[in-house]
Amino acid sequence: MQNNAEAKPNVLRVTDATMQFGGVVALNNLNLEVNKNEIIGLIGPNGAGKTTAFNVITGVYPPTNGAIYLNEHMIISNHPQGKMKTLYAGENNGKHNEVKVLTPDRITKQGVARTFQNIRLFKELTVYENVLIAQHVKLKANVLEATLKLNYKEERVMHLETLRLLEILGLIDVKDYVSTSLPYGKQRHLEIARALATNPQLLLLDEPAAGMNPQESDELMHFVGRIRNDFDLSILMIEHHMQVIMGICDRIYVLDYGSLIADGTPAEIQKNPKVIKAYLGVEE
Amino acid sequence: MPMEFINKKLNKSTKLILTLLLVLACIILTYMLDKGIIGTSYTVRIVRIAVIYSLIGVSMNLVNGFTGVFSLGQAGFMAIGAYCVGIFTIPVDARANVYYLEPISDKIAGFVLPFGVALLMGGLLAALFAALIGAPILKLKSDYLAIATLGFSEIIRAVIANEQMWPITNGSLGLKSIPGFTTLFAPVLISAAGITLMVLLINSSYGRAFKAIREDETAAESMGINLFKHKELSFVVSAFFAGIGGGLLATHLTAIDSNQFKIAVTYELLLIIVLGGLGSVTGTVISAFMISFGKEYLRFFDAAQSIGGWQIPIFRPGLRMVIFSLLLMAVVLFWRRGLMGRKEFSWDGIYNFFRKWPWRFKKLMRGDYKTEAKTKRKSIAAGKAIDSAASKSKRAGRKADKTADREKKKEVKADAE
Repeated sequence: MQNNAEAKPNVLRVTDATMQFGGVVALNNLNLEVNKNEIIGLIGPNGAGKTTAFNVITGVYPPTNGAIYLNEHMIISNHPQGKMKTLYAGENNGKHNEVKVLTPDRITKQGVARTFQNIRLFKELTVYENVLIAQHVKLKANVLEATLKLNYKEERVMHLETLRLLEILGLIDVKDYVSTSLPYGKQRHLEIARALATNPQLLLLDEPAAGMNPQESDELMHFVGRIRNDFDLSILMIEHHMQVIMGICDRIYVLDYGSLIADGTPAEIQKNPKVIKAYLGVEE
Repeated sequence: MPMEFINKKLNKSTKLILTLLLVLACIILTYMLDKGIIGTSYTVRIVRIAVIYSLIGVSMNLVNGFTGVFSLGQAGFMAIGAYCVGIFTIPVDARANVYYLEPISDKIAGFVLPFGVALLMGGLLAALFAALIGAPILKLKSDYLAIATLGFSEIIRAVIANEQMWPITNGSLGLKSIPGFTTLFAPVLISAAGITLMVLLINSSYGRAFKAIREDETAAESMGINLFKHKELSFVVSAFFAGIGGGLLATHLTAIDSNQFKIAVTYELLLIIVLGGLGSVTGTVISAFMISFGKEYLRFFDAAQSIGGWQIPIFRPGLRMVIFSLLLMAVVLFWRRGLMGRKEFSWDGIYNFFRKWPWRFKKLMRGDYKTEAKTKRKSIAAGKAIDSAASKSKRAGRKADKTADREKKKEVKADAE
């Protein structure tokens, strides 16, 4: 399966990404690849640096060291600077000499969308508005055109697209509800809808099944597979529900204390002694 | 079963007709006020102030209420617009009288612009200043941004009053003989146009991006919205209309000086937008009218009043503001998010509001309220019965425990003896 996957072009490639907060190494030399149309799992115990990895990929934090490529096109690159120069003790010192740090909005424009671990919807706006706003990234009209409604054709397309997305995600019945009044599971769906509205090639899901019961997370699992096919996406997801991860992921990366300890297919990961040790500890 | 109230929507053509009627009513009202058919020149003055404050209020709401950026620099932008209009519209022959301490600079001495051009220039100048100061300060958050913008507006005021600026701004002597409005239509139409443009902006995709930033900056940024660009846009547009509003104010007052643009003006505007609802255009307009009229018509409390020859001691100058503040406190207590919250005036809202009353009446007639109360009472009674039964059994249990204890003690005593 892995050989098969390698033939596909990769969408995301993270090389030697290190994130240090002062002396704390949250992410240590992470190397990761997501190929086209793959669903990749990123797992690890609490505090392993999974969400930090997401934040580095989406440009929330500029990495201390390392580079990130989207479709083989560099979007982020940094090397230790200032105080970090003395603190950084990685083996890739000097390997990355270019500095390029895009802000999150520009990375989204390049085709990376994400959801958040602790749901971050536009709280007081309706479900419909939440999805509509996310399409602002595609807008071509300037302020004057938009104000004078000269881009009404573009607007109409945006409205139709919003309805289509809500239909697909099963939120069409609740489209006029205030987003926070939805039940938890629906809010997660809405976050995904909002992310899809930005026309991504790569979708980062941060614990999409958190707080869901087994039946709900089972539904979510099928749902993630479906959107991958429908929207021609590559997906990188953090998840704690092993049932979900093992069920849909093509490959899995395991993080512990900021370092990658294993990667491979679900079957390989389940047998890997290092992973078992990280999750369960060793027998004394 | 109590019946549910269902919100109904009016059809589009009805709404259009109603809106056109409202606009027509406004035009007729303006015409009548203008020609003196209704009201006095005093009323006209208040309407003019209210209209100008509506424009500036909406411009401030655009930044504070819709974009969620806490800016308090509106007075500074108003001053720029006001001085621009003032300096360039005073007739040439009146200028010697205005600049009597230090003559006007030669470069602008014979330079007079028509009102419209001067007004537009004031707005653009204010927008330019906003763009310049926005670049460094819009990276700040909440309170810090407020302080920075407040500082900016004070700087503008200080610069205007500065000695080196006397040949242009006439310093602390201020400007007078600014030609005033000849008709009420000018301020009303300009304000209406400005507010319409801002509403259109708010309803466009850019406006939705502003709202997203207000709701959650992190999420907005990860949805591809450039925070700085959009904040700057809203800040500049807001400053532009504040400048226009300031220009209108200068024409309305015909005499201005830098002390009129102190922080107090910004606070008054803040009051208007908070009272009307942060994030509601119609709320701002309503509250601008309420506050402008309220402040004038409460003057009754400032005059001495007497009952049968006995003069009431508290009726003296200053009481007006006490009453005014009390009313404000009441409004804020009962409508915590301002009069309109984040809602806008809509015909559907009005329609349903009036439908709701007969519905409630019908419900009352059918006795739905009675049955509701009955079921409520029943459920409470049932709950109580359960509670009392539980406590009874508990009490019985406790009693049994106690007697058992006592018996045990007796036994122990008996043993000891």
